Amino acid sequence: MRMKHVAAVAAAATLALGMSACGGDGDGGSGNGGGKGIVGKAQSQKKLVIGVKADQPGLGLQTGSTYEGFDIEIAKIVAKGLGVDANNIEWKTTVSANREPFIQQGTVDLVVATYTINDERKQKVNFAGPYFVAGQDLLVKADSTITGPEGLDGKKVCSVQGSTPAKRIQTDHPKAKLQQFDAYSKCITALEGGQVDAVTTDDIILAGYAAQSQYAGKFKVVGKTFSTEPYGIGLKKDDKDGCEKVNEILKAAASDGTYKAAWDATLGKSGKAAPELDTTKLTNCGSV
Amino acid sequence: MHVFADPTNLDAYLSGFLWILKLTGASAVIALVLGVLLAAFRVSPVPVLRGFGAAWVNIFRNTPLTLIIFFCYFGLFSTLGLTLSDDLNLNNFWLGVVGLSVYTAAFVCESVRSGINTVPAGQAEAARAIGLTFFQTLRIVVLPQAGRAVVAPLGSVLIALCKNATIVGTIGLIEASSVMKQLINDNGDAVIPIFLVFAGTFAAILVPTGYFFGWLANRLAVKR
Amino acid sequence: MSTGVLYDHPGPRARIRNAVLSVAFGLGLVALLWWIYTKFDQAGQWEAALWKPFTQSATWTQFILPGLRQTLLAAATGMVLSLAFGIIFAVGRLSEHWWIRVPAGVVVEFFRAVPLLLMIFFIFYGVPFLIQGPVTAFTAVVAGLTLYNGSVLAEAFRAGIRSIPGGQSEAAYAVGMRKSQVMRLILVPQAARAMLPVIVSQLVVLLKDTALGYIVAFPELLARGVNDLSANYGNVVAAAIVVAVIYILINSLLTALANWLDRRTRQRAFRIPKQTAPDSTPAGGMAVSEPQG
Repeated sequence: MRMKHVAAVAAAATLALGMSACGGDGDGGSGNGGGKGIVGKAQSQKKLVIGVKADQPGLGLQTGSTYEGFDIEIAKIVAKGLGVDANNIEWKTTVSANREPFIQQGTVDLVVATYTINDERKQKVNFAGPYFVAGQDLLVKADSTITGPEGLDGKKVCSVQGSTPAKRIQTDHPKAKLQQFDAYSKCITALEGGQVDAVTTDDIILAGYAAQSQYAGKFKVVGKTFSTEPYGIGLKKDDKDGCEKVNEILKAAASDGTYKAAWDATLGKSGKAAPELDTTKLTNCGSV
Repeated sequence: MHVFADPTNLDAYLSGFLWILKLTGASAVIALVLGVLLAAFRVSPVPVLRGFGAAWVNIFRNTPLTLIIFFCYFGLFSTLGLTLSDDLNLNNFWLGVVGLSVYTAAFVCESVRSGINTVPAGQAEAARAIGLTFFQTLRIVVLPQAGRAVVAPLGSVLIALCKNATIVGTIGLIEASSVMKQLINDNGDAVIPIFLVFAGTFAAILVPTGYFFGWLANRLAVKR
Repeated sequence: MSTGVLYDHPGPRARIRNAVLSVAFGLGLVALLWWIYTKFDQAGQWEAALWKPFTQSATWTQFILPGLRQTLLAAATGMVLSLAFGIIFAVGRLSEHWWIRVPAGVVVEFFRAVPLLLMIFFIFYGVPFLIQGPVTAFTAVVAGLTLYNGSVLAEAFRAGIRSIPGGQSEAAYAVGMRKSQVMRLILVPQAARAMLPVIVSQLVVLLKDTALGYIVAFPELLARGVNDLSANYGNVVAAAIVVAVIYILINSLLTALANWLDRRTRQRAFRIPKQTAPDSTPAGGMAVSEPQG
């Protein structure tokens, strides 16, 4: 009798462990093949794993089974330039906190996820680009009187915990009352409900939310940026060849119109003209 | 340890744990009162009260605290318009206290109810025989005896409450876990010492608390 | 003590009083719920546009179910590992050798005292420095759950083993069993049975705790079903209500299982009457269940 119980428990345990083993798929093993970087992997395997945001409308948003947005289009251009068909891209959801680990661990080959190039991150990963230059801005209700960060004194402003925009508010505008959540969608909901007076992060992300159909006419982006956020494409730190190749692809995209087409199909829908991709500002891929 | 030599970081560390202690203290009092009341509901002769107590326990005990705290902000505050303070941080603090209290009360209720189960039936029967009403039976005879049996489980609930207070960080209160996150983000080279300081502080508060309740439970145990 | 003995069988007056109380309290409750309903209505939370996504299959197949799968996967793995951790450290704390007993005690006390949120965060961001290698979000969540719930379970098992009458191990030694055999064949199986309700309720806690994985962006039910979904439709409150209902259903099932197991073990109590007598189990058992969020 007791043995039967032990056997049943053991069977249950094996089952659970088996389930977890299946669940481990995609958590590893998708790193670059044979140390050749993404160029080699794209050539030999004809597929890529790309980390993107899943919760940023207009940039990287998971809608049902697909992802859409400007970052997604940029990623497709890069993949195509590396010889990988858009259908062979495996999208992987990343959030701000796990972008460096995902690249370092090889969980993803590339990260195109509103990824600001800065010196601290350059210690850990390599950056191609920038393919876009954003800046911190404010999203307010359509009838708000706030016209810039100076108008935030005594006002409630919302951002994501530990994010650079949140920190900048704390240090540069200490009189603003900062409300922090773990996701921008919660900030937007609080703004809609009137619990906060403004939401702050990169202008392009705010524009993406403002353009969503359910918020049509409710919000406006103030349009007075107070920082510079060059968005780069993250790769492994030692993959200099891959980085240079991606920069070449971006240069080509700027001249042959595919960059503009990517903009027009996504963020440009709201009528905003495509920005100029300044190819002279592309990174040197870590060379000194 | 250079991280904590910086006075701003030290202040952040202290204020983070101060929030945790305040959250724990306020929620512990409310949850205890609420939990005992719910336990009384659950053993009362009125079916609606029993049902209410059972529903409370089943709903709040089975929902992740993260979601309960979320509903305190977006349900109580945003939608129902319940403003608990004009100050943004204090408002979030009190919303957190509400969330922690209703959640913890469910566990207090269940502990007290099983405490009531440890009181021999003869005690209540004798109380009824001398003509005490339900509330008299509960208040004078059963709960005082049950109280001794639930010291240890309530100690565990209190310890869990203190740790759960970190979840109030999700609605923006900069308590200890949010401070630790921030410090780790800013000082990538000192992740391990930072963690050890925060974890060590929790251990320094909670391990003695655990031993204290164990000692108290032994002292107060009903010898049968 | 069954709670029925707390009050007399209601007579005519008591029945009327109870009915009046029921109606009054019931009406108050309905009024409160109605007020909440109208407030949500005023805030536009019942608007069809916010709830329509839940009638579309993509919402379920792309957001909620994948999230649920990760939640259950992490919970199942965490359950198996924390049971193993619990047994090993419970036995360790009962060891005769101080150099096993003391470290086991320190480990258990430490992990019980550290909030899970801190633990998961540290495993994800700190441990890679120690092991010079990556840690996935899944590993971080499962490891955190294992260390914390395993420590709580270790205390449950220890209380369970100590609640077994001394005669059991004396008899086992008398028939010539070694210490490890006594533990493995006599004490642990009985302790597990005596502590079954506590163990299962701790597993409910473990399942809920997977929600803390949001801190390392583990794509579980809360992250996928609330954050990612509402980025599409701006329906964060509606999504949270749906996800809460799912959690309540799953955990109620687990709790029902716990109650069923409890009744089943109690029915068998006649076979090993002493340690399942109502006085000993709840006291030892309750002492160790911990409602971490």
